[in-house]
Amino acid sequence: MSRIDVRKTYKLYIGGQFPRSESGRSYVVNDAKGRLLANAAQASRKDARDAVVAARAAFGGWSTRTAYNRAQVVYRIAEVLEGRREQFEAELRAAEGITAAKARTYVDAAIDRLVWYAGWADKITQVVGNANPVAGPFFNLSTPEPSGVIAVVAPRGALLGLVSVVAPLIITGNTVVVIASEDNPLTAITLGEVMATSDLPGGVVNVLTGSQAEIAPWLASHMDVNGIDLTGVEDAELATELEVSAADNLKRVRRPAPDTDWLAEPGLDRMTQFLETKTVWHPIGV
Amino acid sequence: MTPTASPTAGDTSAHGVFDDIVGSESSLRRFLHGLPGVDQVGCEARAAGLATRSIKTTSKAFAIDLAIRMVDLTTLEGQDTHGKVRALASKAMRPDPADPSCPATAAVCVYPDMVATAKQTLGDSGVNVAAVATAFPSGRAAMDIKLADTRDAVEAGADEIDMVIDRGAFLSGRYMDVYEEIVQVKEACARPDGSSAHLKVIFETGELQTYDNVRRASWLAMMAGGHFIKTSTGKVQPAATLPVTLIMLEAVRDFREQTGQMVGVKPAGGIKTTKDAIKYLVMVNETCGSDWLDPDWFRFGASTLLNDLLMQRTKMTTGRYSGPDYFTLD
Repeated sequence: MSRIDVRKTYKLYIGGQFPRSESGRSYVVNDAKGRLLANAAQASRKDARDAVVAARAAFGGWSTRTAYNRAQVVYRIAEVLEGRREQFEAELRAAEGITAAKARTYVDAAIDRLVWYAGWADKITQVVGNANPVAGPFFNLSTPEPSGVIAVVAPRGALLGLVSVVAPLIITGNTVVVIASEDNPLTAITLGEVMATSDLPGGVVNVLTGSQAEIAPWLASHMDVNGIDLTGVEDAELATELEVSAADNLKRVRRPAPDTDWLAEPGLDRMTQFLETKTVWHPIGV
Repeated sequence: MTPTASPTAGDTSAHGVFDDIVGSESSLRRFLHGLPGVDQVGCEARAAGLATRSIKTTSKAFAIDLAIRMVDLTTLEGQDTHGKVRALASKAMRPDPADPSCPATAAVCVYPDMVATAKQTLGDSGVNVAAVATAFPSGRAAMDIKLADTRDAVEAGADEIDMVIDRGAFLSGRYMDVYEEIVQVKEACARPDGSSAHLKVIFETGELQTYDNVRRASWLAMMAGGHFIKTSTGKVQPAATLPVTLIMLEAVRDFREQTGQMVGVKPAGGIKTTKDAIKYLVMVNETCGSDWLDPDWFRFGASTLLNDLLMQRTKMTTGRYSGPDYFTLD
């Protein structure tokens, strides 16, 4: 007796839930050879708006957790990802048409990247914070604090690329609305399932799939978004337009980097880019 | 059974029109229990159906401005200070300081001891001061205390009094007590110069148990001369809901058909988003008609709603989404 296929409906990941697009739209996602792989939800500006609301709501709780606890949660994402590696390897091979060995390399790297960033959670303050010498009877302390809600346009690398842009933001206490790669959105939603089952509070990471050119301008001009990472924007004109509208509320902007080698050591700048430095003057001897 | 009295001209205070009904405990009960029962499923379906209407562009801009004009900006906390009330009153007059075209709210709603402070800030701006009186929110105090509470608020300059009914008396069937209470509080709303503060009657529908009771309470309050009927104190869950407000809107519509007299409706508590507010406005228009689409006849008792309305308004004028950082918290 043949069994009927149980096909998966790929939806969005907003506020810890997996809703369909408010617009009811979807679009066809093909594999590397141009054959139908699945339909993905095509997010609208209202989905982006809802995602920002969810990210803002999650920010207070997430940013005030101890760095140690955030590290545990991100490490847990790596653990769960490790347990589901076959699924991710299969998805990467289907979506990007790469060999089994290559797929394994990418999944390994994605897991290692999460562990690496998890380790930074309670160390970044020591590295970029400082006790400043001042000419007066004060302790003068600079500490990094998360910027707030960050919009991210994810690069093409369906798993490693996404992990590499999201992990450094959430580890420092930001919350994120990420537009997944337009061509390879499915792995992003599967990664959403991993995050939903890894103690990551709903709304800390929100994943939208759909047209970059349609959604990104709404996030760039959104007054309640504190920063935007344009890593995955490949159209130079769109990038300029996004930077201009981001200037309205002085968002921090990370400029496009389409040719990044995601397998290389990432460095600290993805974490430090979206941190604000708070400096406190505290009187001595009072 | 509905009242057969004909509309009267001028001040149509219930006395006279409903003399037969409110003449005795038994006739009042007979009347209230003779009101047609509410079809619960039908009412909820109707409310849910109206909530699906899509209001866009110019209609939405109209609805947002109207909703802002209908807000009774409320602070009813034990921790209220004079400073907070002054800040709230300033916000009521100029909800969006960055945009002079933004209308003022209808009123500021405070506890009686804050009326003078609110009045002082509002001056003759046209924004009213509403005071919750009669041992709000429980209503558990002796009658003379409730009346003194009301007189105090009116004396301090309140333009509107929000009273709570005695739900205990209502639920145990002592309708006459509730009726007398409303009538007496209304008398206490009178000012020395002959005018009087508007009276809103709060039912606390979350405690009334059934939709039938909401309909009965509505008629009771209207017959007793309430200018407004209000769903809730905001201190009990559930507070205002669409079906409950629908029943009250039907009641004021039927009351006008019977008597020619208009009574206002005020849902309060739990209305937090522009979307919610627009659902209510659609329901008002579809149930009572556009006569009620006016701050004199429909109000929102809310505090957080105003900020969401302002954010939506800003979105419509600037074309980009706004954020809570750009509006005051209270």
